[in-house]
Amino acid sequence: MWRRSTVPEGDGTIVAAEPKASAVPARAGRRTAAAPAAAAGTVLYLDGVTVSFDGFRALNNLSLVIAKGELRTIIGPNGAGKTTMMDVITGKTKPDRGHVIFDADTDLTRLDETRIANLGIGRKFQKPTVFEHLTVFENLELALKCDRGTFRTLFFTLDAARARRIDEIMGLIGLGDRRAFRAGQLSHGQKQWLEIGMLLMQEPQILLLDEPVAGMTDHETEQTADLILDINRDRSVVVVEHDMEFVRRLGAKVTVLHEGSVLAEGSLETVKNDHRVIEVYLGR
Amino acid sequence: MGPLTSRLLALESRRGWSVFCGLLLVAAVLVPVLHLATPPDSPLHVPAYMVSLLGKYLCFALLALSLDLVWGYAGALSLGHGAFFALGGYAMGMHLMRQIGERGVYGNAGLPDFMVFLNWKELPWYWWGFDGVLWTALMIVAVPAALAFVVGWFAFRSRITGVYFSIITQAMTFALMLAFFRNEMGFGGNNGLTDFKDILGYPLQSDATRVALYVASAVMLAAGYLVARFVVASKLGRVLMAIRDAESRVRFLGYDVTAAKLFVFTLSAVLAGIAGALYVPQVGIINPSEFSPAQSIEVAIWVAVGGRGTLFGAILGAFTVNGAKSVFTGLAPEVWLFFLGGLFILVTLFMPKGIVGLWGQLRAKIGEGVQNVAQKHRA
Ligand SMILES: Nc1ncnc2c1ncn2[C@@H]1O[C@H](COP(=O)(O)OP(=O)(O)OP(=O)(O)O)[C@@H](O)[C@H]1O
Ligand SMILES: [Mg+2]
Repeated sequence: MWRRSTVPEGDGTIVAAEPKASAVPARAGRRTAAAPAAAAGTVLYLDGVTVSFDGFRALNNLSLVIAKGELRTIIGPNGAGKTTMMDVITGKTKPDRGHVIFDADTDLTRLDETRIANLGIGRKFQKPTVFEHLTVFENLELALKCDRGTFRTLFFTLDAARARRIDEIMGLIGLGDRRAFRAGQLSHGQKQWLEIGMLLMQEPQILLLDEPVAGMTDHETEQTADLILDINRDRSVVVVEHDMEFVRRLGAKVTVLHEGSVLAEGSLETVKNDHRVIEVYLGR
Repeated sequence: MGPLTSRLLALESRRGWSVFCGLLLVAAVLVPVLHLATPPDSPLHVPAYMVSLLGKYLCFALLALSLDLVWGYAGALSLGHGAFFALGGYAMGMHLMRQIGERGVYGNAGLPDFMVFLNWKELPWYWWGFDGVLWTALMIVAVPAALAFVVGWFAFRSRITGVYFSIITQAMTFALMLAFFRNEMGFGGNNGLTDFKDILGYPLQSDATRVALYVASAVMLAAGYLVARFVVASKLGRVLMAIRDAESRVRFLGYDVTAAKLFVFTLSAVLAGIAGALYVPQVGIINPSEFSPAQSIEVAIWVAVGGRGTLFGAILGAFTVNGAKSVFTGLAPEVWLFFLGGLFILVTLFMPKGIVGLWGQLRAKIGEGVQNVAQKHRA
């Protein structure tokens, strides 16, 4: 059931290293024109996205390219706009300007949350949100990829293959012995994992994880890093995180967000030595 | 055995089915038998007034059940469910009015009495068809469903939730009450519809007809319960509970939250409409007071008292509160509203899961007590 992607396993080196320079200025003049198309091999392409809240720009002309199969970490100080960026991608927030192109030619800014989720974009929230009154199994069953129409859901019966798949994921996220537990009874870290498990059940093309290791012990953080690397073998993953040790462990390309736009991009080492990044982090 | 049959059988545990069948037998068979087959002086005799009282309660229980489906499971507290009940009741009332025929005070077969009184010359178009049983049955279901669909569509699509949804539904029932009060609307105004003679050709005053209506109510409640159970036990039921707990998260999973809520709200309105339609021939009247906002609030209290999100609790609550109401209105009618208000406050504060949850609460308390004693003992 895993969709094996045919693209090279991503550390993101093939992706345009300077999306700001290459894409944005050229389009600046025709913001209202039809949505641009992304290059082949791109799963997500943010182009000049601006979001304002009462005049305050949470995202300021943000551009970003995520390749198919890529693992990308996004860091940045509090209020940099990381969560807002995920809100825009998943349809929770509509941008004032700019486009979000998924899989070459779908403009996500025109779709609602439900449609976007069904296209194959999964999201884990900063604050873990599992359904507390449902069991671990039921949480995963709800996330299971299948026809989500209301009547289909009413008459849905779980076949053996799908039940096995749920068990498989339950084992993967280390909750195999918690099957009948209510999600509300789980520890914080277990809830985070359950949420990641639910994302896997959705079989998305791309996963957006907002601070997946917040509140985890060092050991849990390590396990989560391994889990994410494992997941990344089959799909693109974007991780927002403050925990530098975790970011280092993922060993992926890093994008630094500051005041709603990209400040720096590259390997963790490059980014760490960038004087603007040092300024932003130390100057607070 | 098809997959659907096995799912129906799995709706309840073996014990659940025994309780269900037992209760259904008592309500639909034992009570009528004790009423019809025992002499009036026997201690086992169920008097006629008791049968019609229980019949009313059964209709209220179906109404409460319908509210529990949207409030207890999807988390949308409708404070306008009385409106769906009343609309089903009016549809039935219109049919019963047409059945009166020439037997009205004015002896006019073509027009109900109140229309003759208002000097109307012909039957308004929306009364056409209510002579027929099938058309009436269709309207009992379709009118509440259509209203719920339209109101729900606007509310859910605009993501109106919580207290705002409650206010909108209150406004809906209030507006309908004002409309139905008006004589020009053609629903009998203030007085509503009454003086019914017979139903399906059987006189409404006769004992046998009353018992039949009572049994029909019991069977409809049982059927309504099974339908509701089927919904909440399905995956859609779990989607609804998920919506109740974290609505936006369900959207990010790719479910159409608006459609799911719309479905359950409409289904619930249908059940409420059927309840109203069974209620009207048993009480012999339907008037705009059924639309009053307070009426709908009372339904929410029944559900809260019984325990929301359990279906069975809604039925229990409807019987308990209405039983108390019957007792009070006999003894001290002026304190009833205070009692009801007090009951609601008590339940919200001390019994958040209602009567149904009481057992679990008590068990937890006892467990705590035992532990405390054990600890003291050790110290
Ligand atoms: N709905 C909203 N209304 C008004 N302001 C908002 C809203 N959402 C976000 N903001 C503001 O936009 C800015 C960016 O917020 P965002 O949550 O995207 O930051 P973040 O990078 O995720 O921060 P953190 O690391 O603390 O999670 C913040 O200043 C925040 O106060
Ligand atoms: Mg954030």
